[in-house]
This record gives sequence, structure tokens and C-alpha cells, in this order.
Amino acid sequence: MEIIKTDVAIIGAGGAGLRAAIALAEADPKLRIALISKVYPMRSHTCAAEGGAAGVIKSDDSLDLHFNDTVGGGDWLSDQDAVEYFINEAPKELTQLEHWGCPWSREPDGSVAVRPFGGMKIKRTWFAADKSGFHILHTLFQTSLKYPSIQRFDEYYATDLLVDDGRCQGLTALEIRSGEMKQFQAGAVIIAAGGGGKMFPFTTNGNIKTGDGMALAYRAGTPLKDMEFVQYHPTGLPNNGILLTEGCRGEGGILLNKDGRRYLQDYGMGPETPVGQPVLKTMELGPRDRLSQAFWGEQQKGNTVKTPWGDCVLLDMRHLGEKKIDERLPLVRDLCISYLGKDPVKEPIPIRPVVHYMMGGIHTDIQAATRLPGLFAAGECACVSINGANRLGSNSLTELLVFGRRAALSAIAHLQSHQVPSSDAALAAKAKASQNRIQALFDKSNGTESIAGLRQEMMDTMEANVGIYRTGEGLAAACEKIAELRQRYANIALTDKTHVYNTDLMQALELGSMLDCAEAVTVGARDRKESRGAHQRLDFTARDDENLLKHSLAHYHPTEPPRIEYLDVVITKSKPGVRDYSGAKK
Amino acid sequence: MSELQKRQIQLEVLRYNPETDTAPRYQTYSVPCLEEWVVLDALNYIKDHLDPTLSYRWSCHMAVCGSCGMMVNGEPKLACKAFIHEYKEGQIKVEPIANFPIERDLVTSVEDFITKLASVKPYLIPKEDKPVSAGEFKQTPAELKKFKQYTLCINCMLCYAACPQYALVPEFLGPAAISMAHRYNQDSRDGGRDQRQEVIASDEGVWECSFVGACSEVCPKHVDPAGALQQVKVASTIDWYKEHLMPWMKK
Ligand SMILES: Cc1cc2nc3c(=O)[nH]c(=O)nc-3n(C[C@H](O)[C@H](O)[C@H](O)COP(=O)(O)OP(=O)(O)OC[C@H]3O[C@@H](n4cnc5c(N)ncnc54)[C@H](O)[C@@H]3O)c2cc1C
Ligand code: SF4
Repeated sequence: MEIIKTDVAIIGAGGAGLRAAIALAEADPKLRIALISKVYPMRSHTCAAEGGAAGVIKSDDSLDLHFNDTVGGGDWLSDQDAVEYFINEAPKELTQLEHWGCPWSREPDGSVAVRPFGGMKIKRTWFAADKSGFHILHTLFQTSLKYPSIQRFDEYYATDLLVDDGRCQGLTALEIRSGEMKQFQAGAVIIAAGGGGKMFPFTTNGNIKTGDGMALAYRAGTPLKDMEFVQYHPTGLPNNGILLTEGCRGEGGILLNKDGRRYLQDYGMGPETPVGQPVLKTMELGPRDRLSQAFWGEQQKGNTVKTPWGDCVLLDMRHLGEKKIDERLPLVRDLCISYLGKDPVKEPIPIRPVVHYMMGGIHTDIQAATRLPGLFAAGECACVSINGANRLGSNSLTELLVFGRRAALSAIAHLQSHQVPSSDAALAAKAKASQNRIQALFDKSNGTESIAGLRQEMMDTMEANVGIYRTGEGLAAACEKIAELRQRYANIALTDKTHVYNTDLMQALELGSMLDCAEAVTVGARDRKESRGAHQRLDFTARDDENLLKHSLAHYHPTEPPRIEYLDVVITKSKPGVRDYSGAKK
Repeated sequence: MSELQKRQIQLEVLRYNPETDTAPRYQTYSVPCLEEWVVLDALNYIKDHLDPTLSYRWSCHMAVCGSCGMMVNGEPKLACKAFIHEYKEGQIKVEPIANFPIERDLVTSVEDFITKLASVKPYLIPKEDKPVSAGEFKQTPAELKKFKQYTLCINCMLCYAACPQYALVPEFLGPAAISMAHRYNQDSRDGGRDQRQEVIASDEGVWECSFVGACSEVCPKHVDPAGALQQVKVASTIDWYKEHLMPWMKK
């Protein structure tokens, strides 16, 4: 097996991974950096983000206000020391991107423009039309080309972490093009491998978002945090889950039920605001969890519109006019016309909530360090946690930058502790074990379970039982089913026996990752007997601060369900309060 | 609303396995497609239900990651934006993107493109030094508009598949890489044009480009690489005159 020796190995080249790589290269040009990604960097799913990135920049805003919005938006499950660090760093990071050429939209005077976003009290979301993530990703990727010390391993699939002597010292990865296994020896490893929305059938997440990074860390013995918190975005295209950004509502789009009523006023987010004049933190600019829950309510009342793709409500943007839509939301218009055959300039668009983002992930501290020395994590795969029980839109893109950089600095500090690496022989033995695992999967000839079949069963289970509203009964059934699927996974059949570009093998590995993550989600959800943010239980409808103002930590077991441990939330200056999104009380 | 329309489509897909095939071959799959599907949905159906060995790249399914460029009935297309309802005959031929070496099935090697993109220094080379603490560079909407269009490139390489010049002269930097250089050259914050022009002007391909505009026609993001190329060419010609005929006018 070829051995590649490097100082820092980064798994994932999306927004978080690229930001980490650049921070490392800038800090010390002599550092050897291996940037490992299963797709070319610009294919990473950060490219799909539309709306924008939050950071305080305007004179009417303040760090405290961003702090309050984030902590309240997260239903007080965010660690407040982490939020404070995040909010402080955010404007610097967004400005840094501007200096690297990001084509942010502008005000007439040439300063960066900001737009309103759900749950934010002040306009503070920087945007590049409705292709913000795309521009952030390409700006970072192109900037990374400046640094010769960033060595890219494009289309390498990370399979296992190398843990020896209680430290993470590298990883194994498959070179997809050849099917060869490589051993990376690294002084530190950063995981930035994105989320895992693909464990659900109806999602805004791309094909690559299979929770691999979370599963890598989890299997190596470091826990996953708050996995039960899965965000539904209220406005997805009903046929394929393509996202229509929150920017649609930020710019003034409204939500209607089948009778044309702006039903959000019936769910504590009113009173109704004038059409085309959105009021921050009110009605359509409420947070995502509340809006998705209101959809469910309308569905129960029979107030939704019936479409061939199921129950929908309507997103009406006609009053914005063609000019504004083309200037601020050109991608949205294109997506609606292309994929649904409907032009938002001319008609309301049917939409329904769609799985979007995982608040949970690899447990890290405020330094982006995991509990496993030498292992760091950042981006959607990590849980610091700034997002708590419900992420506010536009905090995630900023999080990639702030904690991508933070992970890099922490990795450097770790290198400076000059720990002697394990012997080549010791690491080779671990790498060999990883190779054997993959080889066994590849060679298996008597499997009876199909990858697509198991995947479908997993997705159906998650959709039926782990959605916007959950019950103890449904969750218990889901836990049982996922445990069963994990067992049956041992018996999958791999049809493709070619080494070169074997996507059958990749899908098998990805399914393994998703099942591990899905089990952490279901067990975490079953055991959290309260309703908070995106985790809503019909059998425990209230938030329980007395017992559950706590993060859950899921510890991996190869054959059993995870063990759940609880950890206190860090509260510094904001005591848990009432989340108020009604304009009336202001 | 009515039920969704379904139609049986014959997908003729190029297959090539470098470990067992000596040459590419075609395999036909019969796929029950919804009319609202795209070719990528049909490929995914094949992968999940008919033949797990088919290899192709995809991720976002919303025409922004640039992974799924292929030839659909001989035209360069994103598989996620090639709509089944546009293929009335019920026969669709799917092949890997033209002008790039096939690795397996619909997967090609994209290294040449990546190398070319990197060679034009596609990053901001700031005109003035300014620390982050001093805040953002000002840029008016009009200044942004000058280059915005060229930032929209998703690196899908459809323009390379359509480019007659790239087919003939593989050294040609090609439409997307040159557009990207142009994008930074036109950015009011940038001062790196001279460095990029050096790379571009020495590229024979630029001068040979016959400006037929096939690249702009296939571009799914309306980047208009042909327009960028033409502007770069004019600018390079002016540079040449400045160098050679009127050295006193330089700078
Ligand atoms: C449609 C959509 C719109 C969004 N809009 C917004 C928005 O407007 N504002 C906002 O703040 N947030 C938004 N989000 C959320 C935000 O975009 C994501 O959370 C964020 O981009 C994730 O970035 P990342 O760097 O963590 O991961 P990604 O960009 O997903 O990158 C993951 C990387 O990990 C690599 N990888 C994964 N597994 C492996 C493996 N096994 N081996 C090697 N490499 C691997 C991949 O190749 C990839 O490079 C949106 C999300 C979606 C889906
Ligand atoms: S210029 Fe257009 S066709 Fe060419 S790579 Fe970019 S987006 Fe694709």
C-alpha cells in the first residue's frame, strides 16, 4: 500500500475543508497539506447554497443582536461561548472572502449588501444574488490554487481513520480512479466532510451528502452530538426537493394555504404583515422549524393544496415583479421554470418542507477539537454547537469559514506539541485492517441484500418516523428497523467487480455511513423526551429545561445501538427564554 | 391536478470497462420515465433497478455542481438538465462528454481542464494591499456587472466538448479557462492582468479560435465564453501593438 506522509490531512474540500487548507498554507508555507475529497472540490455541496452568509457589518447591527438571534433560534441548545466566538469572527471571515474576490452583491455606494433572513432581527445576510454558496466555494477553490503546499487528492474516498496510541495519526482512502487503497500518515486530521441528509428520501442535499465524515469519527470512537436535530427547510420544490432559498421570503415572498390565507398568523407568527413589506422575525421571516411545523398543522387541518407530488402550500412571489426576481433570485426563477414548469413571476409555486441540514455532528469543543487527540472537525459534519436545536439560515456558510480556520489553527497547535508518531509498522497494521475490510466487501459473492433496496428501506423509515413531528412509538419502531438494517447490511451484494471507478462499492460504503448516522439520529430522538427546536414530539410537547438542557452524545457500538451520554449546554449570558416570533409583541 | 405522465424510454448508453473491454460498446436499457424527469433520473433508475455496474458522476441535481456533463443525443448537456419530455422519439443516446479521455462508462478524466484552469491564475491578485481589518473593497453594482457573468461558470466543461478548436489542438486553454482569466481581469479589485495575459497570449489556440461560438451556445449558465474570448483577443492585440509599435505609450 502506498504511504503518503503529510503534516495535516483534511477530509473534505467543501467550504470548510478549503478554508482550513488555506488557513494552514497561510500560517506556515512549509506545512505539507493533503486535501482529500471524494469529488473535485467545486462539486462539493457548498455549491448548492443559495441565500447567503450572516455576519454583522452594518451600523444598525451589533454582535449582541446576532448572538441573541442565534441562541434563541437554536432554542437555547447552542453553546454560548462558541456562539460568541463565531459571531466575533464572522465579519472578518466574510470580509476576507471579499478580499479573495467573492462577488458579493453590492449597495449603490459600493459597500456589501445584506438581505433579511428568517429568525434574524436585523438584515445581516451577505449574499451573491441567490448563488452565495456557489460563489463562496469557487472563490475558496480558486484561491487555494495559489498555494503550492496544498496537495489535492481529488476523488479519493476516505475509508477509516488510523488511531494508534490514543491519537488520530492519519487515514486510509481509496483512490477511486484506480481502486487502490492509500495510507495517509498525518500529524493531525481535520474532518470537513459535510452533512448526511441523504438518509432521507426527500432532501435538498446532493448525492454526496451521506454522512461519511460523521461515521468515520463515530466508528473511531469519538461521539456524535445532538444528532436528533434535523432541519426541514419549509420551501422545497415538491417533485425533487430542490431548494427555493429563504431569500425568496427575505425579499418579500409570502406563504399561502389552499384558501389563499397567510396561515403563519395562525401559528403564533402573526399578525399578518403587509404584502411585499416583510417584517423581520415575523410571519414568513420566522425560523425554519416553526415554519415547517406550521405546514404540518395546515396538512392536519386539510388546508394544503393537493398536487401530484403530495400536499403543498404556495409560495407567492408575483408581487416582487420580474425585475427584482431576476436581479435577486435568478436561480430560483430558473429552477422553478426548468424543474416544475412554473414561472414565479406569473404564478405561485407549490412547495413543501424538505430535509435540509443536520444540526448534529461530530462532537467538538470551541477549538474544533474532538475528544480524540489529533482529530479536528469543522463544517456541517461537526457540532460545536452554535446551531443548537435549530440553525438559523445563513449561519452555516459562515460557520464553515470560522471553524474551518479554527480547526486549522488547532491542528497547528497540536503539531507543535511534537508527539512522536507511532511506528510505520503499527500504522501499517491498522491500514491493513482497513484494507481487509474493504477487500472483503469487494470480494463478497454470496450477498443477498441489494444496496438500493436497503437504502430505500432506510429512507422510508426515516421519512415515516423521524420527520417534523415525532412520537415515541414511531421512534421506537425506527430504532428497531435501523438496527435490523444495520444487521442486514452485513449481507449486501456487490455486483461490480471492477477496480476502476467502482461507484457500486462507493454506494455500499456510503450506505454503511448513513446507517450508522441514522441510528444515532433515531436513538437520540427516541431518548430525548421533550420538544425543542427541530425535534418535536407529539407525546412530549414542552421543552424540558430542567432535565434536557443538554447535548446528547452518541457513542458507537459495532453491533449494538449507541450508548447515549448527556452533556450540559454552556450558558454564559442568555438564560433560556421564550422564542417570540410574533410581530404583535414588539 | 392530473397524475404524472409516464413513458418507456430506450436509453442507449456507452459502456467501457478498461479492465475487460478492448473498445467502448453500447448497452440499451428500457426505463419507465416520468415525463418530468431528466436524463440523470433515468440513469439513477438504471443504477438502482437494472444495472448497478453503470458508472457516472453526479451530485447536486440542480445544475450547479457541474459533475454530470455528458453527450445526450450527441449534444453536450448536463444530465440533470436534459429533460425527458424534450426527447419525443423515446430513444436517447448517452455518451461521455466529448474531447476528454474515457476512464469508464460515462466517467472521463478531467485533469486537463483542471490544469488549464489553474494555469490562468484564477484568483484575485489585488491591485492594492489592504488588511482585512480595513474592511471591504468598494465595488459598485456597475463594476460588479462588468465581470459577474463570467463568475457563473460551473466548470462543467460542456464548452470544451463543443469546441472545434480544442478538439484539434488539445493544448488550447479553452473557453472556460480563458473566461475565468477574463473574469479576474475585469474585476475592479484586481491588478493581475499582465500576469494572466502572459499565459493567454502565448496560447496558440486563442489566435486560432474561429469564433464560431459553439461554446456559448451549449453553456448552461450563459457565461458566453465566446464573448470573453473575443474580448481577450482584442485586448491582447492591443497589448501587442503597444509593445511593438508604440512603446512610448506603455503605461
Ligand atoms: C440547497 C442548500 C442550500 C443552502 N443554503 C444555505 C445558505 O444560503 N446559507 C447557509 O448558511 N447555509 C446554507 N446551506 C447549508 C450549507 O450550505 C452547508 O451546511 C455547507 O455548505 C456544508 O459545507 P461543508 O464544507 O461542511 O460540506 P460540503 O460542501 O458538503 O463538502 C463536503 C466535502 O467532503 C467530501 N467528502 C465527503 N465524504 C467523503 C469521504 N468519504 N472521503 C473523502 N471526501 C469526502 C466531499 O467530497 C466534499 O468535498 C444550504 C444547504 C443546501 C443543501
Ligand atoms: S463556460 Fe459554461 S459551458 Fe464552459 S465550463 Fe463554464 S459553465 Fe460549463
